[in-house]
Amino acid sequence: MTKRFKHVLAAVFAGLLALTLTGCGQSAASRDALTHAKQVKTLVWGVKADTRLFGLMNIKTGKIEGFDIDMATALTKQILGADAKPTLVQVTSDTRVPMLKGGNLDAVIATMTITPERQQVLDFSDAYFNAGQSLLVKKGSAIRSVKDLKAGTKVIGVQGSNSVDNVQKAAPNTKVLQLSDYAQAFTALKSGQGDALTTDNGILYGMSEQDPDYVVVGGTFTKEPYGIAMNKGQSRLRQAMNQALKDLKANGTYTKLVNKWFGDIPGFDAKEVQ
Amino acid sequence: MQNFIDAYSQINLSYLLQGLWITVEVSVTSIFFSFLIGTLLGIARYVKVRFFSAAVGFVIDLIRNLPLLLILFFTYFALPKIGIRLGVIPASIVAMTIFESAMLAEIVRSGIIAVPIGQMEAARSNGLSYSQAMIHVILPQAFKKMIPPIVSQFISLVKDTSLATIILLPELTYHAQIIYGQNVNYTIPMFVALAVLYFVANYTLSIGARLINRRLNHA
Amino acid sequence: MLNIITQHWDTLVSGLGYTLQSSLIALIGSVVVGTAFALMEISVHRWLRVIGTAYVEIIRNVPLLVITMGFYVIVPKYVVAVDGFTAGTIGLTIYTSAFIAETVRAGIESVAVGQMEGARAVGMTYTQAMTHIVFPQAIKIVIPPLGNQFINLVKNSSVLAFVAGFDLMYQAKIIANLTFDTFNTYLAVGVFYLVLTMPLSYLMRYLEKKWVTA
Repeated sequence: MTKRFKHVLAAVFAGLLALTLTGCGQSAASRDALTHAKQVKTLVWGVKADTRLFGLMNIKTGKIEGFDIDMATALTKQILGADAKPTLVQVTSDTRVPMLKGGNLDAVIATMTITPERQQVLDFSDAYFNAGQSLLVKKGSAIRSVKDLKAGTKVIGVQGSNSVDNVQKAAPNTKVLQLSDYAQAFTALKSGQGDALTTDNGILYGMSEQDPDYVVVGGTFTKEPYGIAMNKGQSRLRQAMNQALKDLKANGTYTKLVNKWFGDIPGFDAKEVQ
Repeated sequence: MQNFIDAYSQINLSYLLQGLWITVEVSVTSIFFSFLIGTLLGIARYVKVRFFSAAVGFVIDLIRNLPLLLILFFTYFALPKIGIRLGVIPASIVAMTIFESAMLAEIVRSGIIAVPIGQMEAARSNGLSYSQAMIHVILPQAFKKMIPPIVSQFISLVKDTSLATIILLPELTYHAQIIYGQNVNYTIPMFVALAVLYFVANYTLSIGARLINRRLNHA
Repeated sequence: MLNIITQHWDTLVSGLGYTLQSSLIALIGSVVVGTAFALMEISVHRWLRVIGTAYVEIIRNVPLLVITMGFYVIVPKYVVAVDGFTAGTIGLTIYTSAFIAETVRAGIESVAVGQMEGARAVGMTYTQAMTHIVFPQAIKIVIPPLGNQFINLVKNSSVLAFVAGFDLMYQAKIIANLTFDTFNTYLAVGVFYLVLTMPLSYLMRYLEKKWVTA
């Protein structure tokens, strides 16, 4: 083979390599998220799109709607000014931590419980919603509370949610099936893949509202304070977030939003969560 | 029956078609890039430059032997660790391109091998340089033979875009999941729609390939 | 990466077990189903040919994920209870059978028609000719592609992760969520897949070369 051909080949590959490398910019995880957000007038939020009441895709409009979304909008405006808008990126319980840590997101507001394990790798704002874990079953099911989960019962959960660990602690003999998101999990429950679905009550009431054949039973068996997750080292953003939360609570916006989404849900105490 | 009529409402259908559009967009872009890169890699493996070809060959083998799902995950969640942050559509395209390029490289390499060695010798003795002979004599013949396997690889690519639902690429399968996730009665209609839409997309691709093949054989 | 492997060894190995099990069952299943449809495709009966061709063409053009998810959510609701592992394995079997049908058909067709005619001429029945003359020759042609299908199955069985099928990919996601170390988890799982697929793929390449030159 001639030398020239070798050179051409080498040049092409060098070019491809260079192209790949220029793709690597500065690490976003290390830059100050608040300063950057102020420059571009937006915060990039990881939100759910499969969770009724918190963040659900509206097929008609193609927009995501829910309490978490309204909170993200209100917080963005509170921090960056009334002309700022949130940028919403869809996440699941499974993908939110790697995406945040990878620097794809500034913050995650996606029904995310503040847990000690998560606090080792992420920072959280103050709690903005006090949920608690519960069970969703088909109407008339023999399962009435977490005590009825025995060996042989199959419980459906979602990957990356701490409710999976919780239910395994509360009912060690029960088999847990983990699906990738809440839409899949609820579909699996309706297909009969499991006897109950477990996660936080707010999410479960959303499912029950969508399909009244399924009901929330047994009250809550854990406390799940939801926080806004941010990367470690973003203390300025975290302070701004906590301040904005306080402001929204003080000016009544927060209560208004809670009542907008949870005020009319039968069986759900909208006061308890605040 | 009523479920089918309700499920195929204009709103749902247009939402499905939006998903189909993303599927097509990601597929076509990945097909384009993986064809380019796959051809280059295939040649690089064929020409046997010391160490270089062996290294390329090893990397191709590594990628070919991993699940695409893993490569998708890696592109989306692990690349940010070394500073490459991609949106969900570019990440899907990059992952598909990496995987399919490796698959195509093998097809291209065996395609070139299948061209009789005398062709190269004849071209060289007529005064063509190695690269001229490669580009004008060997590759055109090789590609003609490669069309069927390349097309089935592209059909695989279109189907494989569905795996990107795992990183929430808003493509056809994901949109169908959103629809039946919100109304269980739409589950069967949505799966029927998925099967039909993928079938139509891929069948169009293979019919197109058959037409090209026929034209090339007549030329 | 090493500490992920050592700390979660049991989880990874159990995932590997499910992956292997599912791939093996699906391989056997799809050889049976695929051969049946291949024989239909080349059958002398027109209707069998139509059914065989339709099956192969439809399945080949629909994503594995759609077939698997369909099984997981539709079948238990209307037909019979199947768990994620079963649904996933059935999905893999159906999907792969279409490709195997094509391989087997090509294998049978590539054994020259003359062989069959010759066998019939010396007084063998159609079945005898098939089993004693055509099949043994076809096998040498189909073994390497079957090996490659098995490698594909190991890779494709990662769709079990979508339906809680306990396979390697499913366990990977659980470990990643436990350790929050996505990078190293997927690196480790990649090694696990490669340990399975790489030697096999080199073996298949070797067999291909050996049998083609023989």
